[in-house]
Amino acid sequence: MKYLTEYRDRHATERLAEKIRTVVTQPWVLMEVCGGQTHSIVKNALEQLLPASVQLVHGPGCPVCVTAAEILDQAIALAQRPDVILCSFGDMLRVPGSQQSLQAVKATGADVRMLYSPMDALAIARANPQRKVVFLAVGFETTGPATALALAQARQWRLNNFFVLLSHFLVPPAISTIVEGLNNRVQGFLAPGHVCAVTGIEPYQQLVARYRVPMVITGFEPVDILQGILCCVAQLERGEARVENPYRRVANDQGNARAQSLVNDVFEVSDQHWRGIGSIANSGLRLSPSYQMFNAVALLDTALPAASPSECISGDILQGIKKPKQCPHFGHRCRPEHPLGAPMVSSEGACAAYFNYQ
Amino acid sequence: MSDILDDHNDFGLQCPPPFHADQVQLDHGGGGQLSQQLLEQVIQPRFANAELARGHDSALLQFGDARVAFTTDSYVINPLIFPGGDIGKLAVYGTVNDLLMAGARPRYLSCSLIIEEGLPLETLTTILDSMAAAAKECEVAIVTGDTKVVDRGHGDGLYINTAGIGVREWPGTIAPQSIQPGDAIVLSAGVGRHGLAIMAQREGLQFDTPITSDCASLLPAVTTLLENGIDVHCMRDATRGGLASILVELAELSGLSMTLSATAIPVSEVVVGGCELLGLDPLYVANEGCFVAMVPEAQLQAALTLLRDQAVSRESVQIGRVDKKGEPKLTQGKGRVCLQTAIGSTRLLRRMTGRLLPRIC
Repeated sequence: MKYLTEYRDRHATERLAEKIRTVVTQPWVLMEVCGGQTHSIVKNALEQLLPASVQLVHGPGCPVCVTAAEILDQAIALAQRPDVILCSFGDMLRVPGSQQSLQAVKATGADVRMLYSPMDALAIARANPQRKVVFLAVGFETTGPATALALAQARQWRLNNFFVLLSHFLVPPAISTIVEGLNNRVQGFLAPGHVCAVTGIEPYQQLVARYRVPMVITGFEPVDILQGILCCVAQLERGEARVENPYRRVANDQGNARAQSLVNDVFEVSDQHWRGIGSIANSGLRLSPSYQMFNAVALLDTALPAASPSECISGDILQGIKKPKQCPHFGHRCRPEHPLGAPMVSSEGACAAYFNYQ
Repeated sequence: MSDILDDHNDFGLQCPPPFHADQVQLDHGGGGQLSQQLLEQVIQPRFANAELARGHDSALLQFGDARVAFTTDSYVINPLIFPGGDIGKLAVYGTVNDLLMAGARPRYLSCSLIIEEGLPLETLTTILDSMAAAAKECEVAIVTGDTKVVDRGHGDGLYINTAGIGVREWPGTIAPQSIQPGDAIVLSAGVGRHGLAIMAQREGLQFDTPITSDCASLLPAVTTLLENGIDVHCMRDATRGGLASILVELAELSGLSMTLSATAIPVSEVVVGGCELLGLDPLYVANEGCFVAMVPEAQLQAALTLLRDQAVSRESVQIGRVDKKGEPKLTQGKGRVCLQTAIGSTRLLRRMTGRLLPRIC
């Protein structure tokens, strides 16, 4: 609890905002990568404290937003089978696939359950040996270890009615895609603190070496975020580009070795489709050969048609090219209660944050 | 700030969008924006009348000289017995509190039970005893009722509906439309306990300090205000949708904007910690024993002194004010709620969308 009050302190935020105003001499565009950071920035109206010359654009780090419509369509097709119990995290139930959401098929009788942890899906599988329990596993490097742990446990228990529909993403290749993009405006990154707590800072050192952009490992409270912005603009003003880690209280430079080794045992790196952005090389995880028996895709009898393009401009939103309010549908046809796309659904989605807090 | 952010208040509030669902979904019962849509677009138009349009916790009725309030509520909760209360207690307090929010002294309740086949009789009697004790405490009599039993699997153990009648003994109309610019907004207790206690119990979450529901009768708090001549303009209990959703609703119904101070809103440390863990905002978590009251600025201190004398409202505190004409800029003179954050910035508060859901990572 101490961490909360200390990092939400008004005097500390005012001091940092003052320092930022002192340091900045020219316009800079920074991207906060993680949706949790976006949420905190908008909820705390942090932009009111920043000089007009520092612009924040919101990044792709919302797991609900980037999960492909095809994956949701597969989850929905599985959920509609009477022998399947489909489990996932809360927000995933609301996201529209190409036709409907898991929540809508639940209302028509599908057995869809909301979980807090992948381990809960194992408990459901053990309690329902006659049913197939499918866990729709989404997320970044932060949730990968939990999914891996559940899979390792399922293998140890020789569970034959537990399956995962995997949609795990890796952040650094997405940052590469953004920096290399023709429309890129981002000059410095607030790297995702919780992701770095798992992976360590080494992947971000590689990005700095390749692109010469500042990468500041940043947390989620107002003081953390202003600290990250201050480090980032100070580097830019001095013409530097390096990895800086002011979030050491949570993310040490080496990351979590046990979590990394678990993920490496259960998964392999693969290309991944990001909703709205497209395919990015080596940006996802798939089951390693020794875990293929848990692959829920094998339960699907036929391939599903490709999802049709949506009116949602999530690709531009997730790459910081446009802000939510630049979308013509924002707040009109697209609202949290009837979203056109995923960024309006998730608590980490930029559009939902703007809608709910501004 | 960029120009994109400057026009940020102008979106989407002109007219209700069409009802976007072929089936009723769980989110339509969450007390947020979707519940509001179901009410405004599907239910209310079919029963339209002036009393319903008032949007109050109770209907305010008059028979000759007799001024009464009438309300009903259905109670659906899993688990039936939870830390700090049970469905029976909730079914009495909830309906009693809705009558009190209309400035009425609760007198009579009905009790309808929908029981699922297989409910242990011991559970039923525990809950009925609890209802009887709560009714005695609230000085109401349960004078009519109904009982149905449904097949196993067609109910969650037990559903209870109660309706209530109260007498509006005190002068004036306590309703959203009576809120005045400049009114002080008083909150009677810390927020977030009921919703978090239920979620913790349902999901088997353990906290160092156990969280109990705030489920309570507001009778002592409301009667002390009214009997001592406080000119209360409006009251509302912060149930489903939490403090934020009910204040947004009151702002919309009254057409007046309000400004709240985040640091003034009491939230216990255990609730802050639990909400942090689950990724919830305490302002949107349900309560069953706290309310807001809009009172004239001149009577604020007197109201706080009276409320703090009662156990149920001893934490009472001013959390904000109904804005006067032309302030603040952010609300643009419309019925909206503005929050001054702990770090000194300001933003608008909105209604919750559907149900509260925990975050992913």
